[in-house]
Amino acid sequence: MSGQDSNDLAKGRRVHVTGLLTSAFTAISRKAHAHGIERNINFKMQFMLLFSRQGKLRLQKWYVPLSDTQKKKISREVIQMVLARKPKMCSFLEWRDLKIVYKRYASLYFCCAVEDQENELITLEIIHRYVELLDKYFGSVCELDIIFNFEKAYYILDEFILGGEAQETSKKNVLKAIEQADMLQEEAETPRSVLEEIGLT
Amino acid sequence: MENVCNLGVNGNNSLLSYITHILHPAFMLDKDNKTCPELCYILGLESILVKVRLNRRGGADELGSEQPVAGFGDWNYCAAKDKVMTPSVRLQEMIRVIRSARTQGEERGIIQRECADIRAQFRQGDNGERSHSLAKLLYVHMLGYPAHFGQMECVRLIASPRYSEKRIGYLGAMMLLDEKQDASLLITNSIKNDLSHSSQYVQSLALCTLACMGSAEMCRDLAPEIERLLRASNSYIKKKATLCAVHIIRKVPELAELFTPTARSLLSEKNHGVLHGAVVLITELCERNPDTLNQFRKAVPELVQIMKGLVTSSYSPEHNVAGISDPFLQVRILRLLRILGHNNETASDAMNDLLAQVATNTDSSKTAGSAVLYETVLTIMDINSESGLRVLAVNILGRFLLNNDRNIRYISMTSLQKIVQTDHNAVQRHRGTIVDCLKDQDTSVKRRALELSLALVSAVNIRSMMKELLIFLSTCPPELRSQTASGIFNAAERYSPSKRWHIDTILHVLTTAGGDVRDETVPNLIQLITTASELHCYTVHKLYRALVKDISQQSLVQVACWCIGEYGDLLLKGECEEIEPVQVTEDDVLDALETVLQSHMSSPATRGFALTSTMKLSTRITDNVDRIRSIVSIYGSCIDLELQQRAVEYNALFKKYDHMRAAVLERMPVMDKNSPGHTNGDTSGEIKEPDPSKPKPVEAGLLAEPASQVCDLLDLLGGTDTPIQPNPAPASTATTTSSADLLDLLGGLEPTPVLQTVTVTVYEKNGLSLKIQCDKQTETEVTVTLISSNSTQTDITNFNLQAAVPKSVQLQMKAPSGNVIPAHGLGQVTQTVLLNNPNKVSLKMRIRVSYSNQGAVHQDTVQIDSFPSPASQPSISPL
Repeated sequence: MSGQDSNDLAKGRRVHVTGLLTSAFTAISRKAHAHGIERNINFKMQFMLLFSRQGKLRLQKWYVPLSDTQKKKISREVIQMVLARKPKMCSFLEWRDLKIVYKRYASLYFCCAVEDQENELITLEIIHRYVELLDKYFGSVCELDIIFNFEKAYYILDEFILGGEAQETSKKNVLKAIEQADMLQEEAETPRSVLEEIGLT
Repeated sequence: MENVCNLGVNGNNSLLSYITHILHPAFMLDKDNKTCPELCYILGLESILVKVRLNRRGGADELGSEQPVAGFGDWNYCAAKDKVMTPSVRLQEMIRVIRSARTQGEERGIIQRECADIRAQFRQGDNGERSHSLAKLLYVHMLGYPAHFGQMECVRLIASPRYSEKRIGYLGAMMLLDEKQDASLLITNSIKNDLSHSSQYVQSLALCTLACMGSAEMCRDLAPEIERLLRASNSYIKKKATLCAVHIIRKVPELAELFTPTARSLLSEKNHGVLHGAVVLITELCERNPDTLNQFRKAVPELVQIMKGLVTSSYSPEHNVAGISDPFLQVRILRLLRILGHNNETASDAMNDLLAQVATNTDSSKTAGSAVLYETVLTIMDINSESGLRVLAVNILGRFLLNNDRNIRYISMTSLQKIVQTDHNAVQRHRGTIVDCLKDQDTSVKRRALELSLALVSAVNIRSMMKELLIFLSTCPPELRSQTASGIFNAAERYSPSKRWHIDTILHVLTTAGGDVRDETVPNLIQLITTASELHCYTVHKLYRALVKDISQQSLVQVACWCIGEYGDLLLKGECEEIEPVQVTEDDVLDALETVLQSHMSSPATRGFALTSTMKLSTRITDNVDRIRSIVSIYGSCIDLELQQRAVEYNALFKKYDHMRAAVLERMPVMDKNSPGHTNGDTSGEIKEPDPSKPKPVEAGLLAEPASQVCDLLDLLGGTDTPIQPNPAPASTATTTSSADLLDLLGGLEPTPVLQTVTVTVYEKNGLSLKIQCDKQTETEVTVTLISSNSTQTDITNFNLQAAVPKSVQLQMKAPSGNVIPAHGLGQVTQTVLLNNPNKVSLKMRIRVSYSNQGAVHQDTVQIDSFPSPASQPSISPL
C-alpha cells in the first residue's frame, strides 16, 4: 500500500490520505504497476447515479465493489457537487482521481464516474443513449416513470451497459432484448401457474 | 367454472382480501364471504382490471401487453389474478404511500411497517410473493434504508426456475450483495447453471451479474464457462461474454491467457456489439501483457479495415448517431490503435492514413463527432505519427478551443495539456484563446485554462502572461487560488526578467492572495529582497504602503514587518527615486507595527515579526526609542510565551546591555538560499527570527566584534540561571560553535539555558587546566571567573589560587567552590574575582596556582597581560 502510494506520488498522481476510495479505485492501476507495465489507460465506468434536483437518488449502479457506507458517502458527495453547478457550466468535474460526467434531463441528473483516461464526450453519448432508451421504452419518459418502475430502468441499463462498458451500440437491439425479456417474465408469471393450478396439480 | 372460481378463491386469500378491500363498497362483499356469487366475482375482477388500467400509470403497460385470453372465465380470471398480484401494482402502491409521507418520521414509520411485512413474507417461503417483496425491498434500499436481510432472498430467487423471480433475484444480488459477502459465494453455482441455460435471457442475467459483481474467486470458477460462451454462435451472448472476460481479467490478471486466442478471432465478427466487446477485451489484454501487445500489432490492418468500413459506410440507421456511424465502436477502436501504435513504427505507419481520413472527414458539430475527433487526436499524439498529422491534430484542438460548447473547450484544453511538453510551439499558438478561457465562469474550464497557461509561460511572454495570471488570481474561485499562487511563484522564479519585477510580482500575489500561499513563501521572498540590495529602499516603501492598507494577509504582513525592521532607516529617509516620495514619520511606522501587534487578525508568528521589527527600529530611529521601550516592555507580560520571551529578552537588551544593542540589532547579512539559518526558519515552521545569526562576510576584519555580541546574546538568552561570565574575545573556533548554537537556539526556540559558554584557557600543565571567563558589568567593573579542571588519574588536592593586579585596580576574590579537583575531569573548581578599575588603566592580572597531585606539590604563575575587551584578543604569557 505505502509502496504503491509512494509510486503514485513519484508519478505526481494525487494520493488521498483519507484513502476511502484509493484501494478500490486504483486497484486496476495498481495491478498494472505490479506487472511493470506503465498503464496509461484507465477507462472503466465506476458508477452511475440518477438523482433529482432535490438530490433524491433515483437509481444507482456500481461497477466497483464498495461497502454500503462508502457508496452512501460517495453518492452524497457527488450529488452535492453536481447540484451546486450552475446550468451553463460544462459537464465535467474532476473529483478524487475520477472524472464525473453529468447531464441534466428535465428534473433528473444522470451522472457517471469514469476513470481519468476515459473519453468524456463518449461518456456523455452513453448517458444520452441511455436516456433515449428509457424514452423509447416508457414513451416520453419522465421522472415518475423511473420512480415507479425503477426495476425496469435497471433492466434497461443492464441490457445497455455491462460491467461498466457499453455492450450494445444499437438502440434497436437493446429495446428488442428488453421487450423479449419482459415477455418472458410475463409468460413465467401467467400461463404456467394456470396450468399448474387447473389440471396439473 | 364453479370449480375454478372456488379454487382461485380458496387458493389465494390475499386475492380475496384485495378484492374485498378494493371492491367492498361497490359490491358489498363480506370479508369472510367465500361463497360469493360467481358472476359478481368475475364482474368484480373485470372492474379491477378496468380500474387498474385507468388509474395506474405504471401498471397500465403491463396490463396492456397482457396475453390474449382463450376462454372467458378461467383464463380471464387467472390473468386478472396474476395482474392483481404483479409486483408493479403492489410495489407501486407502496411507493405511492411512501411518497405521500409528509415528514421524514412518517416515511420512516411506513418503511418500518413495510420492512416488517417483507421480512414476514421472506420467512414464509415460496408463496409467489417473494419477488414482489424483494422488489419493494430494493426500493426501500435505494431510499437509503438497510436492506441486508434481503440478501439470502436474492440467493433463493436466483435459484428459482421462474424467469420473473430470477430476474429480480439477480437485480437484487447486484444491488445488495458485494463481493466481500459470503452470500455472493452462494450464487456462484446458480450462475454457473444459468450460464448454460437454454434461454439466452437467463444466460444474460447470469453474465450481467458476473460482470457487475463477480469476485476474484467467482471469476476463477467461472472463467472456463465464459471462454466457452465466447465461442458461442449467438451474438447476443457473445457480446456479453466478451465484457465478462474483461471483468475477469481485471479481477484475476493471470486468467488473461485463457482468453487471448479467442479474442483474436472475434475481430472477424460483423455484429457491432460483439466487435465493440472484442476491442475492449483486446485493449485490456494488450495492457496487461507486452507479449500480447506485440501479437496484436499484427491485427492493426484488420482494425484499420473495420474502422474504414465505419467511416465510409453509407447511412445505417441502426448505428447512426448524429451522422456518425457507431461512435462508440469508433472510439474504442481508436483507443486500441493508440496502444498498438505507441512506440511502434510499423503499426503507426499502418494507421497514419486512416487517422488522417478520420481527422479530416469527421463532422464535429455534434458531441458524437467531437468524441471521435477527440479520440483521434489523442491517438495521433500518442503514436509515432507523421508531423503533418500532428499539426492537423493540434489544429483540431485549436478549433475545439473556439467552440461554443464549454464541454468541447474543456476537452480541448485537457488534450493540449497532454501535448504541451512535446509540441510546445504548436500549443503556444493558441495562447490567446487559452488565456481567454481563464475568464470563463466555469471552475472546471478555469482550472484547465490555468494549468495550460502556466505551462505556456516562457521567458518571451512572461510579462504579458503574468499580467493575465495576476488578474486571474484576483478573481479566481478560492479553491484555485493556492494553485495559481504557487504557479506564479514558480514561473516568476524561472523567467523573471528582473529582480524588481520579481519582487513586484510576489508582492502582488501576497496582497491579493496572501492567505493562500505556501509557508515557504515568506522566507523565500525575504531572501530575494535581501539579495536585491539596490531595491531595499523601493521594497520597504512598497511594503509599508501595503501594510498600512491591509494587515489581514499574514504572509504579506510578515514580510513587511521584517523589511521595516531591517530597512526602517531607508523608509524614514523617504528618498526613493522609483516611487513618489512620501514622508513617513517615525510615529507612523510605529503606529503601523503596533496595529499589527494588537490586531486580532495577526497570528502569533506575525506578532513575533512585528515585535522584532519594532525592536530593530530602536537603532534605526532617533526620537522615539522610549516609545519602543514601552511597547517592548508591555509584551513582557504577554500571554503568548514566545512573544513574552522575546519581549523579556529585548527588555534586557535595553536595560542591561544597552551598549551592545546597536550591534545586536544590526542589519541582516545577505542570506544564501540554502544557508542553515534559512532552513532553520523553514523547518521550525514557526518564527523566522531576523536577529543576527552570522557575522557578515564583508566584515571579516571585524570578526571578533559580532562574535562577542553573539556571546552576549547567548548569555541573554540563557537567562539568569547561568553565572555571569567574563567575555574574552574568543578564538575563531569558539565563534563558529557559538554561532551554530545560536542558530539552533533560534531555530528550535527552546528556552533551555545555554550551558556551553565561551571560555579561554590560560593555563594548562600536568593535567590541570585553568580557564577564565570575563564579563564587563559596567564601564569600570569586570567580573572574572576562574574555572579549573583536572584531567589526570588522581584528584588534585590543596588547590589554591592567588591573584595580583596593578595597584590602581581593586581586587576582590570570592571564596573558591572547593580545594579539591576531582580526577578525569569529573568536576571543577570555580572562583570569582571582581575587579574595579576606576582609572581605566589597562588591566593585567597575575595568578599563582598551587596544588598537590600524587604527593607532589606544584606551584606556577600565569600572567594575563591584557584583559579580554570586546575588540581584542587576550594575550596570555605563561611565566
